[in-house]
Amino acid sequence: MNVFDSVWAWFTNPENWSGYDSIPVRLVEHLGYSALAIACALLIAFPLGAILGHLHRGQALVLTIANLIRALPTLGLLTLLVILAGIGLMPPMVALVVLAIPPILVNTYEGVRFVNAGVVDAAKGVGLRGPAILFRVELPVALPIIMLGIRLAAIQVVSSATIAAYVGLGGLGRFIFDGLGRQDFAQMAGGSVIVALLAIVTEIVFILIAVLSTSPGVRGRERFRFSPLSRKKVMP
Amino acid sequence: MLDTAWIWRNLPKIWDLLVQHAVLSYVPVVVGLLIALPVGIACVRWRWCYPIALAASSAFFAIPSLALFVLLLPYTGLTAATAIIPLTLYTASLLLRNIVDGIRSTDDSVRQAAAAMGYRPMRRLVSIELPIATPLILGGLRVAAVANISMVPVASVIGVASLGDLFIDGTQRFFATPIIVGIVLTAVLALITDLVLVSVQRVLTPWGQTRRSK
Repeated sequence: MNVFDSVWAWFTNPENWSGYDSIPVRLVEHLGYSALAIACALLIAFPLGAILGHLHRGQALVLTIANLIRALPTLGLLTLLVILAGIGLMPPMVALVVLAIPPILVNTYEGVRFVNAGVVDAAKGVGLRGPAILFRVELPVALPIIMLGIRLAAIQVVSSATIAAYVGLGGLGRFIFDGLGRQDFAQMAGGSVIVALLAIVTEIVFILIAVLSTSPGVRGRERFRFSPLSRKKVMP
Repeated sequence: MLDTAWIWRNLPKIWDLLVQHAVLSYVPVVVGLLIALPVGIACVRWRWCYPIALAASSAFFAIPSLALFVLLLPYTGLTAATAIIPLTLYTASLLLRNIVDGIRSTDDSVRQAAAAMGYRPMRRLVSIELPIATPLILGGLRVAAVANISMVPVASVIGVASLGDLFIDGTQRFFATPIIVGIVLTAVLALITDLVLVSVQRVLTPWGQTRRSK
């Protein structure tokens, strides 16, 4: 039996679709971990990035924090936390939140910080003050960049939530690590295919959310004025 | 918490893992750049290519590394290629956007000046557009290199040696020292790589420097 046939057999086996360790159950667990991690990361990184960006302060701080965190290997952080705190939901959650913070923090900060100064001046000119400028002008204009950051974070979290299974939790990683332990390639590959599909679906869902949530005025201008990724990478 | 005696005893092994880790991280950066450059140039030359290449690369970028490692196992086995191939494709996906944006960022007046001076498209690309794109491309390389270095440990899970072996070793024996050593070395490798690429950027684009000092 070749590779494709064995993976296909795994997918079509009804045993894998019902019971406590079936595909739907693992999928829901996986989505649960991911959603919780992204929500926590948003709670931490979004207000911090928005406030610092609005005040035009702390650029070096934001970039340094983000780069330091990016250099940390998620697997190392996870295993260290397990040894220090024991097996449970906390270690993978902390590792995933830490993974999700840099893209959200950097994009929120830069999105708000680099809103066209003329636009902010106009807002001041019509009488808006600090918080109103942030909520009614800067955040809506920065939304495409912020949504890009959230999307990158979500994809990374959905991908990396597989390692929760490495320290004894559930999620789609269970199939990969159980398959690894039993030398069952079909199960490993089947789990991998589901995770890959889930990541692509996540990407598409977040692109749709970004398009639908962006104000039409900002969206129209984006075509020739915005290029968020390029700007991010120009920054030294 | 940190058992220094263990570190001294295992120094040669740790060094081997560090070297292996660096190889698994750097080879994809170089090969990825070599793949992304021609594709990026083609995307600038033939505009219709770009949306297709962009969609393909961002879909690819979303696929988790562990999933790709597993799916490559039957073909490449426990060799370095199992880790290098996915990371190469990630790097190429990441760089494509920077290369295309970088080349396109050349001002139209500059292009016209080059044409007026008798530059043909190929020479204009090599001696004007690519140098202008360099900061953006190197920015992408920095992101890709650091991302690779922090992603390589996952390959240890399926059995390809890297500093990630220290995490697995530490977890199996419930022993924190190897894990701490692994985290510190991975982070240091990433920071040093980033610093080296920043210096390369300074050397290759001296004009960026003079503008900043004014």
